[in-house]
This record gives sequence, structure tokens and C-alpha cells, in this order.
Amino acid sequence: MSGNFTLITGRTRAQGDGLHQGRDSEAYRLATRLVEMNDEDMNTLGVGEGDLVSISTLAGQVTVPVKKGDLPRGMLFMPMGPTANLLVGGETESTGMPSYKGELAEVEAV
Amino acid sequence: MSTLIENVVCTFCGSLCDDLIVEVDDGRVIKLRKACSNGGGLFQHYDPAPKSPTIAGQEVTWEDAIREAARILDRSDSPLIYGLSSTASEAQRKAIALADKLGAIVDSTSSVCHGPTGLAMQTVGEPTCTLGEVRNRADLVIFWGCNPAESHTRHFSRYSVMPKGMLTPNGRRDRTVVVVDVRPTASTRVADLFLQVAPGKDYEVLTTLRALVKGKTITSEMVGGLPLAQLQLLADQMRECRFGVVHMGMGLTQTGGRDVNVSELFALVAELNEYSRFSVIPMRGHGNVAGADQVMTWQTGYPFAVSFNRGYPRYGPGEFTTVDVLARGEVDAALIIASDPVAHLPQAAARHLDRIPTIVLDPMPTLTGARAQVVLPTACYGLDALGTAYRMDSIPLQLRPVLPRQRPTDEEVLDRIIEAVPAC
Repeated sequence: MSGNFTLITGRTRAQGDGLHQGRDSEAYRLATRLVEMNDEDMNTLGVGEGDLVSISTLAGQVTVPVKKGDLPRGMLFMPMGPTANLLVGGETESTGMPSYKGELAEVEAV
Repeated sequence: MSTLIENVVCTFCGSLCDDLIVEVDDGRVIKLRKACSNGGGLFQHYDPAPKSPTIAGQEVTWEDAIREAARILDRSDSPLIYGLSSTASEAQRKAIALADKLGAIVDSTSSVCHGPTGLAMQTVGEPTCTLGEVRNRADLVIFWGCNPAESHTRHFSRYSVMPKGMLTPNGRRDRTVVVVDVRPTASTRVADLFLQVAPGKDYEVLTTLRALVKGKTITSEMVGGLPLAQLQLLADQMRECRFGVVHMGMGLTQTGGRDVNVSELFALVAELNEYSRFSVIPMRGHGNVAGADQVMTWQTGYPFAVSFNRGYPRYGPGEFTTVDVLARGEVDAALIIASDPVAHLPQAAARHLDRIPTIVLDPMPTLTGARAQVVLPTACYGLDALGTAYRMDSIPLQLRPVLPRQRPTDEEVLDRIIEAVPAC
């Protein structure tokens, strides 16, 4: 399935904990290399927790494990970090601020 | 024998909790009370032992590293100085002095957190107050597009939701808590009212609230994914409260509309002062990002995105902001102070740092440092370095370091670089 998803990125406590253990640590990598999805979207996609999905935006593509999240349908959440930032474009609408929240994304089961 | 140090300021986030109790033994933190997991991680993982600077990954003396940093900056036609939000204001001042001497662009991480909030302040003003006023007076507390339960973990207990204050003697029972967000979070669970706005529709909801507060009639039954009746209820609560405050975050600044969303919120809050007392406090992320705005504004007249390339400060969000200058490849050297753009900027911007010589000042190893030409491992503000930091409500606090300092501070290193580079 591909579809029109809205990607938002943000801070999580696990990402913060990983930060302190070092950005080269396994804890940081695991905390920032995942995507949360609505469970009905996961069913439609035919994926379960831990399965890999490919996410694409105009800026890039990543393959990450999926986790069930308390999100409305059509929304993806990724913890802030180098993986999520592969999907965020460099355009800032003349403000300096990229679209960390609101990139349109497509998702496919891997 | 261990030493107990009280009233320590935690410099992890913009809440700057100043009540930590830290037990230190043999130059390391061994026990910590009152810190949240974010702040606790900072204190418990930091190793203050001296570290050698590096050039291209090879350990060198401080003299050689500073000479190389100065050489890179001197040879650059268009250097960028970026970061600043996790260092003391004394070092921030030096960074701006260095930018002035080099004719550099200087920008803080504000540009990727509350830069749009700064633009809104310049457009409509900032009706604000202190966190002390929130604690003692606020009976309506609104969190819009932020999740303090994960990012500012003690905000609820110290300032905004739980504490018993002068006019809020019953703590939580004396406050109505509203959370507006696009998704349920750990913060929405504490709310009396959770408004789940549709993604990208904050502006419509804020405009509608402005109209409802003024008694205008709205014909739509739904606005931004929310029933109008719910917005009417919130508008009534806003008009009728004794002291209201909105804490706002990246949910407004990082979505479509950016500064326009924040301007609409600030205009709403200003107008609410016709009916009640109302304020707004941006939830500042890094420990001294508010200080970066303050110091940049004293020194240059502008809060971020400043270029000295014509010999005087010019302001240019979109033109001199870090993501833009990196994504467009407009800088040919970078000095990164207490920040990790490789981890936190979009790839389109971060990858330019692979193409240009980069100098990093940071107490911790970072992804940017791992690729940098010169790494200068400095002391950490608030842990082993003295200094001043500004809380999210722009109250300056004197830091109380708990560890003996064995490394140079950012301020000292920047001073040496300033001495070593010729004026442009």
C-alpha cells in the first residue's frame, strides 16, 4: 500500500535517554529508528509490531521497524534524530524552519 | 568522602529546575535527587575528565587545535557559527564577538525550534509573564502543540499543573488544564479538556477562537477537526478565568504556517487581556536557548539569523538561518558550539557539513564531532563550568556547577580563537 500519510517528528523520553548514553549508542539508534502508526493503518498495510516498512517523502526514503502508536489514521510519528531527518526537506518557507511536522509521506510494507 | 550540594540548576531543558540535590564523590556525581530522567541522564553520564582536542581524529595539544580552528576560520570566505543553546550566556557573547570579527553568519538552534515564535513576537508583541506567576496565579493553563510530560518533565509539578501557589492553594484542583495537540500524548492524559486538532489546522482554530472571544457568530459546525461547541466552551473559559496562560511548542512552529500560527496565538492572548489576565510562555527546549535569543538581541539587535558579512549585523530568517545556508551550500566553514546539527537538521542541510571544514566545541561526543576537522572538548555549563542561563520565561539564573573543572570552558576557548584570528 502506498498512501498519503502526514509525518510528524518529535522528542520522546527514550530518545532523550539515548542521547545521554551517546548518539553512537545502541539505545539512541533504537530510540530514533522507528515509526509509530495507527493500528488500523497497520492492519491495512498488513504489518505487525516490529515489521519493517519503507517510508518515502520528497526528501528521502528510510526503512524502519513499525510500532503501534496512539495516533489518528493517516499520521506517522518518528522520534527526532538522524533517521527521521532523512525524510525532512531543507525548505523553510523563508523562516529558517524546515517541515519537521507535516511532510507528506508514502508507506509500504517491506 | 562525598559532598552534598543543594539548589543545583539543571541545564538540560528550558525549565532550568533549580532545586536539584547532587551528591558528588571523587569528581563524579554518585546520587541525584529531584532530577527528571532527562536531567538525571545529563548529570549521571557526564564524565568531566580532561580530554585532548583532535584534528582529523588525531589527538593534539590545545595550542595546535586552536591554531587550526583559527586557520580554518581565517581562510573561510563565508563562515557559519551555529548552536549556542547549551552553553552559558558568557560563551554566547564571545561567539557573537567572534562572528563580528570574522564577518560570519551567527545563528542559534532557535531557528529550528522557536525561531518562528521570535518572528511572531516581532509582529504582534509577546504578552508574557514569569513561571512564578503561573505557579501562584494561573487558574487556566493551556498547552498548545507541546508535550511537557516527555520534554519538560517537571514543568507540571514545579510550575504549571500541580504546585500549590498563593492564589492556587489547592494545587491541581484550582486549575483547569487544556491540551491542544494533533495526537494523544502523555501530556494529554493530565488534561481536563483535550482538543485533538487536525494536523496543520491550528491557524483555523486560533482564528475561530479569536472570533468567538469577541462574540462573533461562526456558522461552521466543525473547525480544524473540532466541534464548534467545544471551541465555544474554551473561548468562554478563556474570557472567564482569573489568570490564563498558554504554553506553546513545536506543534505550532514546525507545521505549515509556522510564525503565522504563533502570531495568531499571540494576538488571541493579547486580546484576552480585555477580559482577563492572559499570558503566553514558549516551551523552550535547550537549557539556555532563551539566553541565546537574549544575548543575540543585546549584541546585534536580532534574536537569531544574523550575518556580519557586511561589517554590521543584518537579520535574515530564511536567508541567514542555518538550514537555509547549509542546504544552499552558502557557507564554506562552520564552528558548531554545543549542538549536533548532523543529528538534528534535515539531511539536505546536514550533508553540507561533510563538504566543508567544521570545528566543534562540545563537552560530549556528537555525530557532528565524529565528522569534524577540529574537536574541542570543553567543560559542561552547570556541571563543571560556571555561567548564566536564561529560563524559558527569560529569567536569568546563575549556575552552580557541582564538579571540579578540569577542562577549559567554551568562553575561554572562544576567547583564544578570537585572539588567534585576524580581523576580516
